[in-house]
Amino acid sequence: MMRREWIYAWLLVLPAFVFLITFTHLPAVEALVNSVWTTAKGRRPSMFVGLGNYQKMLQDPIFIKAMINSGLYAALTVPTSIALALAMALLVHRPFKGVAAMRMAYFTPTVLPLVAVANIWLFFYAPGFGLIDQIRQFFGFASANYAGQPDTALYSVAVVTIWKEAGFFMIFFLAALQTVPETLREAAAIEGCSKWTFFRRVTLPLIMPTTLFVSVNAVINAFRLVDHVFVMTKGGPDNASMLLLYYIFETGFRYWDTAYAAALTVVLILILSLAGLGQFYAADKRVHYK
Amino acid sequence: MAQVTLNALRKIYPNGYEAVKPASFTIEKGEFVVLVGPSGCGKSTMLRLIAGLEDITDGVLHIGERVVNSIDPADRDIAMVFQNYALYPHMTVRKNIGYGLKNRKIAKDIIHQKVEEAAHLLNLTDYLDRKPSQLSGGQRQRVAMGRAIVRDPLLFLFDEPLSNLDAKLRNQMRIEIKALQRRLGVTSVYVTHDQVEAMTMADRIIVMNGGQIEQIGTPSEVYHFPASTFVASFMGAPAMNLLDASVEQGAVVLGGQTIAALAGHGPVTVGIRPEDIVPDAHGDHAIEVTLIEELGAHRILHAIWAGQPVMVSVAKDVVAAVGPLRVAIKAAALSFFDPRTGRRL
Repeated sequence: MMRREWIYAWLLVLPAFVFLITFTHLPAVEALVNSVWTTAKGRRPSMFVGLGNYQKMLQDPIFIKAMINSGLYAALTVPTSIALALAMALLVHRPFKGVAAMRMAYFTPTVLPLVAVANIWLFFYAPGFGLIDQIRQFFGFASANYAGQPDTALYSVAVVTIWKEAGFFMIFFLAALQTVPETLREAAAIEGCSKWTFFRRVTLPLIMPTTLFVSVNAVINAFRLVDHVFVMTKGGPDNASMLLLYYIFETGFRYWDTAYAAALTVVLILILSLAGLGQFYAADKRVHYK
Repeated sequence: MAQVTLNALRKIYPNGYEAVKPASFTIEKGEFVVLVGPSGCGKSTMLRLIAGLEDITDGVLHIGERVVNSIDPADRDIAMVFQNYALYPHMTVRKNIGYGLKNRKIAKDIIHQKVEEAAHLLNLTDYLDRKPSQLSGGQRQRVAMGRAIVRDPLLFLFDEPLSNLDAKLRNQMRIEIKALQRRLGVTSVYVTHDQVEAMTMADRIIVMNGGQIEQIGTPSEVYHFPASTFVASFMGAPAMNLLDASVEQGAVVLGGQTIAALAGHGPVTVGIRPEDIVPDAHGDHAIEVTLIEELGAHRILHAIWAGQPVMVSVAKDVVAAVGPLRVAIKAAALSFFDPRTGRRL
């Protein structure tokens, strides 16, 4: 009897299992395997190199540049988009006239495809006739090419990410803020707690689980969302906006060095896992789950 | 400890709804006043006006010597216990109780000492380092009390503090709160919809209905001399019997029989408490018992008197059966109301 139930159980999970293994686990293992071999060329078959691909990274200036860029990009986009999201949520979490329109305005960037967003911002940044340049010219400043200059390209890309992500994260903070009971605010008002103190000492700790969730997502997205890089800068100029994932794409599908791309992918996954784990671990003590 | 005076205090919400009609009364120093009424009667709004959580539309509110109309809740020197306790879920009991003191920048060692004292008073010493989620309902209730008493305020405000507890715990906490208030002697305003709580805890009861004060009096006054048919039917369980009768030539006539003397002429509503109708073989009145409710210590007889339903409360040792019953009434215990206005005559 037991055996039969087990067979049923396996049959029930089988479809999901097959897809999960085929499209997630096998490729992951394969990437790991590929990363210790060389890419097969017409005249030279694939050969085992151990950690060779990983050693190559340390001498690869573009990889190092991509790592620095990705770190900088995450450091810029994660805190800024979270802070902005929280600020927007605080602005619109109490009802007032036109609050629905305001919420929607904040949320709109989220529903747009990132490629479309990138095109909008490409127009903003366009030298000469772009929105920003028109404003600059109105005030008598010289024309500037934000997305096309090595020293500003990465920031231009980061701004787009923040613009797109803040509205999405706002929704989570909005939901979290609604769960903070109004009587706590009233009790605090009677106990002589200022609005700022209440926010810092009560609201923030109570929405910590949401903040953690959002920040994990923000970190993952910082490494994962590169669609706008394709549209806006293609990693340039001079690799100024080269991000790790975009570099993986270039290596794998432009130069067809799949083995090296596999090794890069392993590094990316490692970074993401460590970042996620670290966040849960660090925040665990400070997060109050109800 | 402070006297609280309301002078024509009124609350109209922006949508035009008048939640509290102009109300005037004085709460004496150390007095325990209970605001009671059905939901939506304005009792909670009245409390929130005193607390400063709602803006006063009209009238003057004194707490102690000061007019506090435009003073922040924090500066009114009051403490409030909320229905859902409003404890900070991420703070320990110790921090919850001491939070009001900490906000007032009181020295740490004094906070520590005051919290310990309050915890001792409320039997919370063993729970000081727990979080609210690790406490039972009654313990949370006590933490909310601790938070109020630790500040040593001029005035305690209670907003239905026992309604989230089960019946047994409610009875116990009722006594504890009353005893604590007696011991500390702090002026208190307590809001409840439970007339038993009002009767048992109050020095004075304020009965509210539809934003208006129906009656202010001691529990005994409110029970025995209700100012209106509303108070008569709201206070007391089972409620006072209200019977339609008429005044003819100086006598109240019910079902063809004179039951009391009263000047005037025309219809009248007679109020009589269920325990003031007494089974008596030689009684003047005949009722028909239709149902008996057994309550242990006493029984409620549901009956028909002159075509109108009445309830009679009898002690457990009184023999009673469904069917005709002769009763006597305590004439001195009767109340008379104008059937048009509902006011006491």
